[in-house]
Amino acid sequence: MTVADFLMLDLPPLLAAILAGGTCGLLGSFLVLRRESLVGDALSHAVLPGIVLGFAVTGARAGLPMLAGAMLAGLLAVALIGLVQRATRLDAGATIGAVFTTFFACGLVLLEVTGARSVDLDLDCVLFGQLETLVWTEGRSAAALLDPAALASLPRQLSLLSGVALAVSLAVAAFWRPLKLICFDPAYAAALGLPGRSLELGLALMVAAAAVAAFEAVGSILVVAMLVCPAAALRLMTDRYTTQVLGGAALGAGLGAVGYLLAGPLPAAMGLTLSLNAAGVIGTLGGLLVATAALMRRAPRVRANAVA
Amino acid sequence: MSAPEPLSVTHLTVAYGERPAVWDVTWSAPPGLTAIVGPNGAGKSTLLKATLGLVPALSGTVRFFGRPLEEVRDRVGYLPQRASVDWDFPASALDVVCMARYPRMRWWGPVPRRHREAAREALVQVGMADFADRQIGKLSGGQQQRVFLARALAQDADLVLMDEPFAAVDAATEAAIVTVLRNLAARGRHVVAVHHDLGTVPEYFSHVLLLNARVFAAGPVKDVFTPENIGATYGARLALLEEARVGASAAGGG
Repeated sequence: MTVADFLMLDLPPLLAAILAGGTCGLLGSFLVLRRESLVGDALSHAVLPGIVLGFAVTGARAGLPMLAGAMLAGLLAVALIGLVQRATRLDAGATIGAVFTTFFACGLVLLEVTGARSVDLDLDCVLFGQLETLVWTEGRSAAALLDPAALASLPRQLSLLSGVALAVSLAVAAFWRPLKLICFDPAYAAALGLPGRSLELGLALMVAAAAVAAFEAVGSILVVAMLVCPAAALRLMTDRYTTQVLGGAALGAGLGAVGYLLAGPLPAAMGLTLSLNAAGVIGTLGGLLVATAALMRRAPRVRANAVA
Repeated sequence: MSAPEPLSVTHLTVAYGERPAVWDVTWSAPPGLTAIVGPNGAGKSTLLKATLGLVPALSGTVRFFGRPLEEVRDRVGYLPQRASVDWDFPASALDVVCMARYPRMRWWGPVPRRHREAAREALVQVGMADFADRQIGKLSGGQQQRVFLARALAQDADLVLMDEPFAAVDAATEAAIVTVLRNLAARGRHVVAVHHDLGTVPEYFSHVLLLNARVFAAGPVKDVFTPENIGATYGARLALLEEARVGASAAGGG
């Protein structure tokens, strides 16, 4: 594998996997701490109709209309979940399940009827993401990394992903303490007069945006692996909030990178003809991560209980 | 005219679905220590939460020190039920107490030293100074309750609303809470606490509200905390209990 090969074929998907994994890993901790992991799953599915409509409007797989459509669909889903819950008194799990599968199915129908279905957006990329399609045609040598003209030809998805990652990071930093409080004790946050409801909505919007980002990398189905697995694994490893949240981002980024590299480039570099689907590898690694954390935690816990 | 009551509610009604939990309650908490007492499901916690706007009220008005909550929020402290949060949360006892001061600091960056000191001071008051850095999940139930109490104290509020502060606590914690209550009263602060142990009402509180969806009696403990009022509030269940007790003592005596 040459430098040019790496820059043209592997750098864009690697960056995309890292950005998507990092953004999802950062937000995942809030979902896991609020015991709302299912909401992450629901939102990542519910944004599909918005993504498809945004795509149908612009005909391009990147860009703000797709992001806007996804966030709108996410908001609608959250509102509908609340509405159904109040109207029917079903438990949260049942309502969430009913709403997000409906949204996802609508997304699949829209995919067929709007003509959005094309080489750029089809069932495959809904299922598996499209990391492999990200190519940097101008990345012919290391010098291109410093050449603004060449950098401008990086896939547009990367600028969308970077924008989402930046916005989410800034929001998490700016609302650090209120976010912590609505994760631990939302009623107390409300009693203190903090804008808990708006923050919860903001969190849902950020998850919807991150779901679009991760949609690029791993597809709609496996977004939840990126959202939940790094955070869940860390939940078993640390008692410190800062480590949990920032570590979730780092672990998510690492999961994306390692997952992508294991899927194709590494086996290729070792001369193997084996080539795996990146989304599948990332999802599998995520599961292994949680399992390892659980096993590592188990041993000392049992001893501590025995002493007590 | 005397100073307005720390808390007063007028015609407050709260319902979960079709079932009213708090029915047309008009009541005010006098200065000092007040208990809200009633059977399970009587709407005691709901009343407390409704005054803070944590559950929506169908009708009625709530005033703290004669004003709407938004205008005097920094004068009103809150101690939620211990079971309402996940104690596995990655936070130390000190972290949790510091939350009381969040409205007074920036939303990012490290907690300013003076707020951290105030939080430590609150932990000292409840006898938990040695556990400041302990993860909250590694504390006993009583210790967790004291951390919540310290957090309410760190708000430095004039009125503290407490939801079941004595629920499932050990003797040391109960004693610590009582000391804190008396200190608050001595400093001219006010407490309204949902309380489940009828036996300790006269010892711990000066005023009482007997509630079972609606108000059955309210006033100084020595005047209204009578067997008749308690019986009326608790309905047939306590009457049966009372008969059983009488029966048991008669059997024991015979």
